[in-house]
Amino acid sequence: MLITGAELFVKALKAEQIDTLFAYPGGQAIDLFHVLYGENDIDVILPRHEQGLIHAADGYARSTGKVGVCLVTSGPGATNLVTGIATANYDSVPLVCFTGQVPTGLIGNDAFQEVDIVGITRSICKYAVTVRKREDLAVIIKKAFTIARTGKPGVVVVDLPKDIQKEYGSDEYPEKIEIRGYKPNLSVHAGQIKKALETLNSAKKPLFLIGGGVSISHAHSEMQKLAEITGVPVITTIMGKGVIPTIHDLYIGNIGIHGSYAANMAVSNCDVLFSIGTRFNDRITGKIGHFATHAAIIHIDIDPASISRNIEVDIPIVADAKTAISALLEKAQKLDIGEWSEQIEQWKSQYPLFMKTKGLTPEKIIREINHTFDHAMIATDVGQNQLWATQFLELSDKKQLLTSGGLGTMGYGFPAAIGAKIGNPSKDVIVISGDGGMQMNIQEMATAVCYELPIIVCIFNNGYLGNVRQWQEMFFDKHYSSTCMRYRKSCPNICNSPTERCPEYTPDFTKLAESYGAKGIRVTKENEIAAAFETAKNTLKVPTVIEFMIEPEENVMPIVPPGNALDDMILV
Amino acid sequence: MKKRWICLFVENETGVLARISGIFSGKSYNLDSLTVGITEDKTISRMTISLTSDDKTFEQIKKQLGRSVEVIKVVDFADIAVHMKELMFVRVNHCSDREVDEIFKISKTFHASVIDYSPATVLIESIQTENRNNALIFLLEKCYANRIEIVRGGSVAIEALSIPKGTL
Ligand SMILES: Cc1ncc(C[n+]2csc(CCOP(=O)(O)OP(=O)(O)O)c2C)c(N)n1
Ligand SMILES: [Mg+2]
Repeated sequence: MLITGAELFVKALKAEQIDTLFAYPGGQAIDLFHVLYGENDIDVILPRHEQGLIHAADGYARSTGKVGVCLVTSGPGATNLVTGIATANYDSVPLVCFTGQVPTGLIGNDAFQEVDIVGITRSICKYAVTVRKREDLAVIIKKAFTIARTGKPGVVVVDLPKDIQKEYGSDEYPEKIEIRGYKPNLSVHAGQIKKALETLNSAKKPLFLIGGGVSISHAHSEMQKLAEITGVPVITTIMGKGVIPTIHDLYIGNIGIHGSYAANMAVSNCDVLFSIGTRFNDRITGKIGHFATHAAIIHIDIDPASISRNIEVDIPIVADAKTAISALLEKAQKLDIGEWSEQIEQWKSQYPLFMKTKGLTPEKIIREINHTFDHAMIATDVGQNQLWATQFLELSDKKQLLTSGGLGTMGYGFPAAIGAKIGNPSKDVIVISGDGGMQMNIQEMATAVCYELPIIVCIFNNGYLGNVRQWQEMFFDKHYSSTCMRYRKSCPNICNSPTERCPEYTPDFTKLAESYGAKGIRVTKENEIAAAFETAKNTLKVPTVIEFMIEPEENVMPIVPPGNALDDMILV
Repeated sequence: MKKRWICLFVENETGVLARISGIFSGKSYNLDSLTVGITEDKTISRMTISLTSDDKTFEQIKKQLGRSVEVIKVVDFADIAVHMKELMFVRVNHCSDREVDEIFKISKTFHASVIDYSPATVLIESIQTENRNNALIFLLEKCYANRIEIVRGGSVAIEALSIPKGTL
């Protein structure tokens, strides 16, 4: 049978078992929306901005393990995706983004709403392609889904010119395809696994370093088993946090610039660092020449390009985390490392993570979240709010963190939570956001209200772009340059601390929430936290915005100052 | 830092050249020359790339190229023997009669050929290894400073049949 390109598009989505589509229409996508009209098997979600759209698809994908699918129009619709493409791809989130395009005959003519979106996104996605012939459409869509979800997952952009959407052609959609330039590693080198185990077994001070890759390959239970069998303590990156329950005896904490003292000390003193699914990003290594200098380093990663790039690795293993960990489990054995474990316990109790400020603090709010919610997805924005969340949130297989780790995109948290709630209607979905980042995609409040999503939005309002302000306080002579969110034209142009006379914060987040039809609660005192969450939990059809008025100049501690080694941190 | 040669088999698709050169520019890798042409299989193009880098960066470059979906195969010429040639044209302007004669001699010595000339201008074609072409340029620049124009094609290479290692 002959069908149009647009009809094939819908057929392909169904064949790929896509039941949710994040989509925003426009002229060069109108044919695609036309075939989606009244479609029963695919929920078409209309966000309020394409950036919100793609972060929602990203949150949906991270929280369900499925591919997130976006559909937008050409030109501005496509360029509005760019930040979200980079955000998702950096954290290896599987997305397929369809962008409308001007008809093939007009490409290159500077037609209305023509942009070279493939050219723009080529370096920030896994694969980008323009469909140039109707007969290629099915294979390209199949290829897109295959590439997005296999190997190291990522973002694929498929640019769909309007004439191809309308053109009639075959209705066949392939079940499988071969991509000759794309062969993700499916096995694991037995010899390297053996070597890795020998090295691990000979260690006196071994340590597992777990990154986001372990979570992406869904190897949570395998990893926990491996830690328990060997008795080797575990540290994580932000992206790996939660792979084993954070309350587990073997769990130490996050490493890095804002890692815990014990985790940073452990990595600086270990003799074997067994790392899985991390790219040794500069945020976790501190001064590179001083990172884990006493350790033999074993590194498992699906991406050969991540191995021995930032850190020289002694035993490289290119493999999917789950496959490799399963292979390790076959021969893993208990290590005798009593002294090392005691040393770690000592570091842990010496400087536990805590905030010394009295009254309403992020720590207390987050601990209340830990206490109140059993099955939850917690999305964070970026900034101090995110760092506190990664310090104090308790995570497990029932509580997952969604955060922009690689790109650090402000404006990510709230729309990501929308996607997570759409994908997990029975779970509580909570957002932790700053007052700055919240305003980067606040328009999605309408989406959350319209789709009846009872998301709990916690805004940590410190009146500042707090993360940057903290750096200015600590390393730039307290020059609060462009970081005060209360600043008004009438303010002096030099200011380095909040006073009684500071102008009102705008917007009033609670009133803004109410105007969208959501619930708004302001919390100014510690003893109001629990009640606010209780109200939010019992609000079933609309989002609840809880604005927490926190100390303006609160800092994230401990911190490794720029250029320092990990064990050289400022603690309080 | 060392000179290196690699060859890529890539999909013969729009945008592949941009993708490959984008990896070099985006990641600040040094690219000396890149040639590309279609192979006996019309769906595959073959690129010959020369670059200068340290060992660690070179390993990264190969991995980054290898993980691109459009790249079918990466071959490092350090490991195998190849025949390699570069096409180069050099035009020498404002020559006296004596200089024209001299250029004919130089061409002969360097296994290049004069393929065209007008009374005061000589056009040399040289199909040599990049190093031999460099030597020819070195000489011409010395003798005819500010009077030469150079067009270099970048090298193409193919695996050798007769010897195990090195450049023929
Ligand atoms: C899109 C974007 N722009 C700028 C930054 C740089 N940046 C990182 S954290 C931060 C401050 C965030 O302020 P806020 O949202 O209020 O969170 P807080 O740090 O105060 O918790 C800024 C500007 C960024 N990460 N993302
Ligand atoms: Mg703030």
